[in-house]
Amino acid sequence: MAHEVVLLDFWPSMFGMRVRVALAEKGIKYEYKEEDLRNKSPLLLKMNPIHKKIPVLIHNGKPICESLVIVQYIDEVWKDKNPFLPSDPYHKARSRFWADFIEQKVYDTARKIWATKGEEQEVAKKEFIETFKILEGELGEKPFFGGEIFGFVDIALITFYSWFYTYETFGNFSIEAECPKIIAWAKRCMQKESVANSLPDQKKIYEFTVWMKKYFGMD
Amino acid sequence: MADEVVLLDFWPSMFGMRVRIALAEKGIKYEYKDEDLRNKSPLLLEMNPIHKKIPVLIHNGKPMCESLIIVQYIDEVWKDRCPLLPIDPYQRAHSRFWADFVDKKVTEVLLKMGTTKGEEKEAGKKEFFEIFMILEGELGDKPYFGGETFGFVDLSLIPYYSWFYAIETLGELNIEAECPKIVAWAKRCLQKETVAKTLPDQKKVYEYVEQMRKRFGNG
Repeated sequence: MAHEVVLLDFWPSMFGMRVRVALAEKGIKYEYKEEDLRNKSPLLLKMNPIHKKIPVLIHNGKPICESLVIVQYIDEVWKDKNPFLPSDPYHKARSRFWADFIEQKVYDTARKIWATKGEEQEVAKKEFIETFKILEGELGEKPFFGGEIFGFVDIALITFYSWFYTYETFGNFSIEAECPKIIAWAKRCMQKESVANSLPDQKKIYEFTVWMKKYFGMD
Repeated sequence: MADEVVLLDFWPSMFGMRVRIALAEKGIKYEYKDEDLRNKSPLLLEMNPIHKKIPVLIHNGKPMCESLIIVQYIDEVWKDRCPLLPIDPYQRAHSRFWADFVDKKVTEVLLKMGTTKGEEKEAGKKEFFEIFMILEGELGDKPYFGGETFGFVDLSLIPYYSWFYAIETLGELNIEAECPKIVAWAKRCLQKETVAKTLPDQKKVYEYVEQMRKRFGNG
């Protein structure tokens, strides 16, 4: 039976990018539908009535929501190729723990770096660096968080890399200076076609953020 | 080799209760250690250095943290009995989505209700009912969120029931009047020995909350 796979997404979303990377890793053909988040489509509202957010994966007409839930679903359905999670339950739990850590710690802090100023921004920068130093500790000397192979935690984190130029420019700091191992890891991930083809250019994200701040009067 | 299972927990924690129920469902013998959260044990700090929180499951010396990750681990290791998650990937994704909804929305709204006053608290109360009405919608006419059998979503939500008396008394609300299906579902879950033996008495939880409020001067 041919699979019908549709992805409702928004190009700058790091959550949507995770699903794009996962689909590319598994070599899955799909239809990409760009949403206008100021004018959400009836399809999006029908497929994700609870949160009304992207990304939404629609597989043979059935919706799956929440990026890390979607990535695990993709891993379980297309299990014959490039597994994202280890098969051992303990290492699987560790991968889930670190993906959850990224969920809890990265987004809100990172957002404050470009969305706020003054004291709030300084606190956010400090927290961001602390979080990434913890992640550097977890990465250690491994090429990827998954070990020798790019996996679930790498997918959860790499998509934020497309926003690094934005954070650095608005925050006036260098992530590489503070966390060189993370940058080295990110560049290693970007050598993978599935990642390079799924992440937008960092400058494009920056331009989008500049526009968004003006549009929403956040300057 | 006999399994050595230790649970670092705190008796009123809904997150800890999830793990206790999962262990009971699988019939796993374990050592329960109650933590004093104002004076965390060296073991807790060693086993969960990142978040320093309970629950932590220590299985043959290896720690697992974050309640829903621990529950999935338990389900995968002791997979020969009482499956907590469905086998079908789509149903699994559906269960994970709803457990994530409970985790994000219910915890957040309870925190809001417990730490605010006046208009903000009233808004919190309204949100509480909105969230539980969405959950009632998802439950529908099924006996459990898992369908015919108690599962992952039921387990993630039922611990909050032990807090209902405290929530109703301090919040001046009547949950059964607004969400009768949820209360009926909760009482159905309480008929299971694993749940009934795990959940603390609602009055005990209320006394604990009152004690906390006096100590921290809330409300």
